[in-house]
Amino acid sequence: MSRVRISTTVNGEPMEFLGGGGQSLLDALRDELRLTGSKEGCGTGDCGACSVIVDGRLVCSCLMLAPEAEGKRIETIEGMAEGGPLHPLQRQFLEHAALQCGFCTPGLLMASKALLDRNPDPSETEVRYWLAGNMCRCTGYDKVVRAVLDAAAELRQAERPR
Amino acid sequence: MSDGNQPTAKDLKVVGQRPVRPDGVDKVTGRAMFGADFHLPGMLAGRIKRSPHAHARIVSIDTKAAEALPGVKAVVTGADFDLNAGGEVEAGEGATAVKEVAANCLAQGKALYQGHAIAAVAAISPEIAAEALDLIEIAYEVLPHVIEVEDAMAENAPVLHDDLFTKGVKPTPTKASNVAMKTVMGRGDVPGAFAAAEVVVEGRYTTAAVHQGYIEPHACVASWGADGQSVIWCSSQGQFLVRALTSKILGLPLSDLKVIPAEIGGGFGGKTTVYLEPVALALSQKSGRPVKLVMSREEVFLASGPTSGAVMDIRLAATKAGKITAADMTLRYQAGAFPGSPVHLGCMTAFACYDVENLALVGYDVVSNRPKVAAYRAPGAPMAAFAVESAIDDLALKLNMDPIDLRILNAVRDGVKTVYGATVRCSALVDMLEQLKAHPHYQTPLAKGQARGVAAGFWFNIGGESSAAVHVDEDGGVTVVSSNPDIGGSRASMAMMAAEVLGLPIEKVRATVADTTSIGFSGSTGGSRVTFATGMAVCQAAEKVVEDLKGRAAQTWECDPKLVEWRDGSAVCLDPAKDVKPLSMKALASKSAKTGGPLASEVSINAQGAAAGYGAHICDLEIDPETGRTTVVRYTAAQDVGRAIHPSYVEGQLQGGAAQGIGWALNEEYVYG
Repeated sequence: MSRVRISTTVNGEPMEFLGGGGQSLLDALRDELRLTGSKEGCGTGDCGACSVIVDGRLVCSCLMLAPEAEGKRIETIEGMAEGGPLHPLQRQFLEHAALQCGFCTPGLLMASKALLDRNPDPSETEVRYWLAGNMCRCTGYDKVVRAVLDAAAELRQAERPR
Repeated sequence: MSDGNQPTAKDLKVVGQRPVRPDGVDKVTGRAMFGADFHLPGMLAGRIKRSPHAHARIVSIDTKAAEALPGVKAVVTGADFDLNAGGEVEAGEGATAVKEVAANCLAQGKALYQGHAIAAVAAISPEIAAEALDLIEIAYEVLPHVIEVEDAMAENAPVLHDDLFTKGVKPTPTKASNVAMKTVMGRGDVPGAFAAAEVVVEGRYTTAAVHQGYIEPHACVASWGADGQSVIWCSSQGQFLVRALTSKILGLPLSDLKVIPAEIGGGFGGKTTVYLEPVALALSQKSGRPVKLVMSREEVFLASGPTSGAVMDIRLAATKAGKITAADMTLRYQAGAFPGSPVHLGCMTAFACYDVENLALVGYDVVSNRPKVAAYRAPGAPMAAFAVESAIDDLALKLNMDPIDLRILNAVRDGVKTVYGATVRCSALVDMLEQLKAHPHYQTPLAKGQARGVAAGFWFNIGGESSAAVHVDEDGGVTVVSSNPDIGGSRASMAMMAAEVLGLPIEKVRATVADTTSIGFSGSTGGSRVTFATGMAVCQAAEKVVEDLKGRAAQTWECDPKLVEWRDGSAVCLDPAKDVKPLSMKALASKSAKTGGPLASEVSINAQGAAAGYGAHICDLEIDPETGRTTVVRYTAAQDVGRAIHPSYVEGQLQGGAAQGIGWALNEEYVYG
């Protein structure tokens, strides 16, 4: 299998890796870069456990070929807390007990972040529609939706001009 | 409901609060390691060759071309397993015949369902392993197959196992069939009660097989040691169960296999057996290198889980006032390709919510060419409840009675004897039904196109074997070591119970889940047992530590240990002759070397006395008569949970369970062409 050198930015840092063939971005992140926070639940873009943000856009990394990441800016769950305190979404997920097994959580958090990046004040319906591509079998979603709404409120509060 | 000997909520400082779970940060930052996240140097990628046929005799398997492919390091088939591995292993929610688990992991002579594993390959890359699968040549003699439970019970049905003779029938049949077992349960005079009945309702109810649907596919890494001592990292509901099944299948002493539990990405009962672990370890043994096996989602659906689909007939006899006098029920449960559906649990739970004098229950455990079923949230109970609750609704309609009133009239109360022999105690069912009736949801008028359903349900809750340890560090911090994979917040409840007993703030208590060599034996995470049984072990271990601490304080003060009390994380001296300040956990821990050595306790128990759980839910639907689109517009769940250790995670169980129930009712099934 021919492999090519792929240059990307992952969580703000330049990263190069070898990838190719039928390798997905998800497999490259997990197997080449050992960023195993992104999960494979289905491999067909149905469950959203592999959600990452590529150049500001939410994608299922299992549906993107690794070489397509060339020159792109990739955000994964590992970069969400930026080495410092937790992101308000991460904290609210914990406060609300919006996870049980935690397997879908990285994908849900990345999808939620992509939503709040573009819509800082979503309604409950907008949150539910946006997260419809992220399956969680444990929680029944109620606590997830509440956590996202509270994180959005917290972020709006933090950004309000003084 | 209070058991009488439990502390009241106001006496509790940690239990009943909602702290952040001890493993929370790992789970929101991507740091938590699940089954597929491990990587070892030199690790090979495994792949499994699966049957395209629902039922076929395996005439021959030729692996020579696959073995010759550069990069392929090992190929295994069912012949690599110890077929004489006899006996049963307690799997937490029902005993499991090891021979059948082995034959499910790698087929023995016959493929029994589409997706049945036939052979496996380990290679230096996933691509080479996949290529090697194509080079394995399998000659099949395709046999007629049978999918549906009633077809499988028919006289002329294709028979899956020619050594399967129905158990529970006397005399034992001499002809093999697909009916693995007939279960009969009952009491009283059912024909007499039906003859005297003022009202009779009857119906036939079917449920579809559905998959547990955990988002994490099965995954493991196995590493065979040159000295025969091996290690498996895997996602499961029980590291000890994986050890027992894998070592029996491969003929290893238990102590030569260490199983390290990974984080588990959902299970719901579906991860209470093995599919991959013995295969991965056999590949590792042959290749001498670590092997990772991960199922794809397609493999999960084809070859793991699901729960039993069921066909049930039910008749109820009642008085005009609504008292159910008798019930007669036949339950036929799909077992999948090997015996072992939860039909006996279906029989036991079917009328567990109701006080019915005359009962006749017959259950059939039936094999067919489907994947072997696995436990799923109160295994066996939801199907039976669907039939019973639907029949009770029919009775309410016929009697023009409120469905909740009818249920209250017939609900079990403390002291009632169940059909399986237990006496009801600590039951909150009547209380819950009354609260549901008074709930604003039940008073809300229904709009046009909307409909309302009510149903009750039951699960035993079990105890069983559990181990836990409490270690006090020299700085006064505490670690709770538990024996059960944390499937949805049990580290939190274990740490909270330890903190409660020790009188410490929750932040001082850490929780960890140990591997099979680091803690005493424990049954699986399942059957709604962990918070109760492993929690009991945690509390007892913490109580032993408290006793030890009190003794050390008494030693320091040179007073009678009986005059030392443990209060809010400190030893307090009650001896009026001593003028001493309390000794904190930190102070006592820092001196432990001088007062008798490390402060630690491990407790292994067989927990008994779990009280049963009851639930009652109301669901309002809106149905579009033209398209059939069905929307849940209101849902209220009442559940008898006992003491909620961490209420948020208890709520999560109810919400998640309700969502899965809605999925089962409206959206999910296996469709065979």
